Amino acid sequence: MTSTARARKHVHLAAHFPGVNNTTVWADPRSRSQIDFASFEHLARTAERGLFDFFFLAEGLRLREHKGRIHDLDVVGRPESLTILNALAAVTERLGLAATVNATFNEPYEIARRFASLDHLSGGRAAWNVVTSSDAFTGENFRRGGFLDRADRYTRAAEFVATARELWDSWTPDGQPRPFAHTGQHFDIQGEFTLPRSPQGHPVVIQAGDSPEGREFAASTADVIFTRHGTLAAGRAFYADVKGRLAKYGRAPEDLKIMPGVTVVLGDTAAEAQERAAEIRRQQVSPQNALLALEQVWGVDLSAYDPDGPLPDIDPVVDSGLSQGRTRRGDPLAVAEEWRALSRAKGLSIRQTVIETTTRQSFIGTPQAVAAELDEFVRTGAADGFILVPHLTPGGLDEFVDRVVPVLQERGVYRTEYTGTTLRSHLGLKEPAHPVPEKGLTV
Amino acid sequence: MTTPTGRGLLHLAAAVDQPDTYEADPYIALTRLAERGALDFVTLGDSFGRPGPDALAVLSRVAPATGRIGLVPTVTTTHTEPFHVQAAVATLDWVSRGRAGWRPEVSATEEEARLLGRRDAAPAADLWREAGEVADVAARLWDSWEDDAEIRDVATGRFVDRDKLHHVDFRGSTFSVRGPSIVPRPPQGHPVTVVDTTEPHAYDVAARHADVALVGAAGPAQAAAARAGLRRRAAEYGRDPDTLRVLAALRVDLGGGEHAAEPGHGGGGPLPSDLGPLYRGGPVDFADLITAWHRAHAVDGFHLTPVEPRRDLERLVNGTVPLLQHRGLFRTFYPGSTFREHLGLARPANQYAALAGDPS
Repeated sequence: MTSTARARKHVHLAAHFPGVNNTTVWADPRSRSQIDFASFEHLARTAERGLFDFFFLAEGLRLREHKGRIHDLDVVGRPESLTILNALAAVTERLGLAATVNATFNEPYEIARRFASLDHLSGGRAAWNVVTSSDAFTGENFRRGGFLDRADRYTRAAEFVATARELWDSWTPDGQPRPFAHTGQHFDIQGEFTLPRSPQGHPVVIQAGDSPEGREFAASTADVIFTRHGTLAAGRAFYADVKGRLAKYGRAPEDLKIMPGVTVVLGDTAAEAQERAAEIRRQQVSPQNALLALEQVWGVDLSAYDPDGPLPDIDPVVDSGLSQGRTRRGDPLAVAEEWRALSRAKGLSIRQTVIETTTRQSFIGTPQAVAAELDEFVRTGAADGFILVPHLTPGGLDEFVDRVVPVLQERGVYRTEYTGTTLRSHLGLKEPAHPVPEKGLTV
Repeated sequence: MTTPTGRGLLHLAAAVDQPDTYEADPYIALTRLAERGALDFVTLGDSFGRPGPDALAVLSRVAPATGRIGLVPTVTTTHTEPFHVQAAVATLDWVSRGRAGWRPEVSATEEEARLLGRRDAAPAADLWREAGEVADVAARLWDSWEDDAEIRDVATGRFVDRDKLHHVDFRGSTFSVRGPSIVPRPPQGHPVTVVDTTEPHAYDVAARHADVALVGAAGPAQAAAARAGLRRRAAEYGRDPDTLRVLAALRVDLGGGEHAAEPGHGGGGPLPSDLGPLYRGGPVDFADLITAWHRAHAVDGFHLTPVEPRRDLERLVNGTVPLLQHRGLFRTFYPGSTFREHLGLARPANQYAALAGDPS
């Protein structure tokens, strides 16, 4: 079955630590601490056992609020990402270590230094997921970072990353400090960086987000794009679009890896996997969470409604500010109409409607079926790999690593050992050239 | 009658700074060496303006490779975000299972200001006032989660009891923070705050916020006076002075091997140098110096900066420490597991817990 005539395109895998939203099931008896280092160590070691490219941490800068109070239904709280990753570097050897850090509430010098430190201390395994969202609600925790509109956010982010790269490149190839100077629209800095060029040259840069500005930003400068999973067709369209943007930046298609975030549910049979998937969706949407999801769309207090009863007849209030610190689901009036239509058509309660519309696992099936589907996405140009988002901390990837990874290996589309030591080598990315500045460029 | 970790016992700490060292192993090796000597903690200096990796990153990398010793990185409060700083220090406490500290520092130079490009350079006095505010808001944010805030109550669908999470609404002279922290209350409640009072303008921050204050002194009488002064000032700020440990900061050059200390370096005391008081001599005489200061109740202990890190720390751990242990002045093992336990300091009460039921 397996073609040996030519190398098959390999699947890349990464592990996302379960985060602070309702896809993470904390009420399951197997769920453990979201903050103890042991949980992070377990999941990272599992990912390394599965020969994953990297381990990924999201970021939180303000606890989410709902109706003016701290949201209490999902996991709340998390550690600071870079500190965790430096510690994980001590208990793993090859696994890449990726942190999400918002460029809005930091300066290039400090961030470049923190990621270069991680890259040195981990022997070349650091990655930075650059995010740029900013809002006044989060800004209340910071001295810097007012609101920027979307276009400004990306120009600032682009200059931020370019500046970080200048700092990473600033020492000479033989390890001597060399002055840098950067003057741009957003940053005006100069001096000497505190670190030599790091083992990967530059830490891997990840960009998350599907907007046109985000795609362009990724095409211009990112090594990995963390996107959402869609259908195979949607994945192929996204893949073709983003890869098509690379040439104008002098980049080749393999210079940017496209890795959607996905969920997997396994079973011994297809039917068992479907049953387990349905049970997980019920766990993810508690009755309280169903009403909350509804309030996020409707923008008003709906606590009097029965989660097992019908949807409200009233129309949503747009921009009520009821929920803070969350991504909006789109136009509330349209979403409400869509949900009501679904509820009417299928006779669904509030909770059933929310389950139906907000939680959908990406891959459900036997290990063989899931491996085949993952392979198909990669083989047919819908993805280069996947960032797996488990629903349980910390054991949520144990079964995948035990049962799906061996099948991928049998199919000849997954590594059987790490061949390199750096994250760039796992991802098949080139080390960035180390430019030698012309005389007089630096002061 | 002394308790194993109680006040009265000697506290020892060492700097693990090493020039031109960017990878993890040399820092792990030195910290393990210090841990073999049962030292209370190690420090690692930092600055945006000189070569070296981020100190908090280094000690996070060291944490899982060690088991008991306290870990104290220098963290500047000048060009950084107080919210990020406290989250990183709290996380160091989580990854080390209760062994984190931090040494706040300011960045007063023009050069550092130009590296960041965000603020102009400011006088050190102003920056230390800000550092005090950062220490204040850090403690508030560490308390912004009560210890039992996480409830996982399946019946009501609630992961946390939000009455036990608190906005801090801190307004400082240069920043404000709404809170609560993103990080649950760390294992020690508050990681240990170490303030070096040999820095100009740091004195009040030490008296008010430090768990450990470092003082520069060339002799036991001067050290005792510095300790008494700090304790008095701490009491003026409403603190119990017994919650403050005062350590003499000494540079040590044990390159003299078994030779006697140079004149003036032995039991009498160190000599002044450009970088602070310096002891030069053998490890045995150094044990005598520590013993003499300790018997004079001059200080609660010593923070030692080895002139040649590997050599001097080895001689300290293999030569000086066993003598102090033999004399019953220093622990032979760690009876406690957290840094605070090594220091004989209680886990702080939560300043918001008394406000139970306050929905803010």
